[in-house]
Amino acid sequence: MSDIKKFMFVNRKAPYGTIYALESLEVVLITAAFDQDVSLMFTDDGVYQLKKGQQTKGIETKNFSPTYRALEGYDIEKLYVDQESLAERGLTEDDLLVDVTVLTRAEVGALMDEQDVILSF
Amino acid sequence: MLHIINRSPLSDKALENCLNTATGGDILLIEDAVYAATAGNAFEARLRAAMGKFKISVLRPDLEARGMADRLVEGAAFVDYAGFVELVAANKTCQSWL
Amino acid sequence: MASIEVNGKSYETDEEGYLVDLAEWNPEVGNYLAQSENIEMTDQHWEVINFLREYFEEYQIAPAVRVLTKAIGKKLGPEKGTSEYLYGLFPYGPGKQACKIAGLPKPTGCI
Repeated sequence: MSDIKKFMFVNRKAPYGTIYALESLEVVLITAAFDQDVSLMFTDDGVYQLKKGQQTKGIETKNFSPTYRALEGYDIEKLYVDQESLAERGLTEDDLLVDVTVLTRAEVGALMDEQDVILSF
Repeated sequence: MLHIINRSPLSDKALENCLNTATGGDILLIEDAVYAATAGNAFEARLRAAMGKFKISVLRPDLEARGMADRLVEGAAFVDYAGFVELVAANKTCQSWL
Repeated sequence: MASIEVNGKSYETDEEGYLVDLAEWNPEVGNYLAQSENIEMTDQHWEVINFLREYFEEYQIAPAVRVLTKAIGKKLGPEKGTSEYLYGLFPYGPGKQACKIAGLPKPTGCI
């Protein structure tokens, strides 16, 4: 197909406190059906979405964190995390529940420039 | 007075403004504000510095939901929903920094 | 809210017949839902149903058909990882019919 576009989903919100993280994930899963070049960027509080060990029983909300591990099966394998955002939150790559590529702020900016479409959540 | 915060300190000024404005009392961190009381986050030092003036409580189910219950900062206390109610009942006034 | 009755017990469903609470599911409910779809359950059918339930347990979503097909091929053998095979078992679509029988919600992106 000649009209494959580069889509980037930019995730900047923590999970559960707002609906953005879950909405983003659902749109990503739907977009996967259209065979586009999809990247997911996690920056600012968005990196919290990928934190291991989420247990939502106490807040009676669906724990959607396991679904990030299903993305590979949907051929969505470009997951990026901003290094500074991790560090500001006392997190490292080992705290995350999926394999990601950790980027510097400069690399994040450059990757954003390469996209045809950016969807912000 | 009880101050309730529900926004992440790294993306919203609610907690910062509360710490700068309020004269003291109880602070209860809920929802995304619980990240403020996790070890190693960039707001930790600011929160610790405020501990002389404020008593910091953190709603445990919200910390558990976010996978952060194992890294509560020293000096802050867990509360459950019953503890939330007790805090509200124990204070004459209550302000939510929405 | 609609409901179905299996062995004297009532189960809530949505307007399309999907079970509301997947924790309530059991094989008898699966059989009942299959009958309402005019599907005679065989071992091959159950294999797919069990796979779907395991998938949901692990990832908390019902897989898209394309993803299901690929994953079945990996787990149960390439001859079963084809849409011909899965549509042979579930003529109205493995996503729609098999998910319903398995007690899962409709797959995301399935219209």
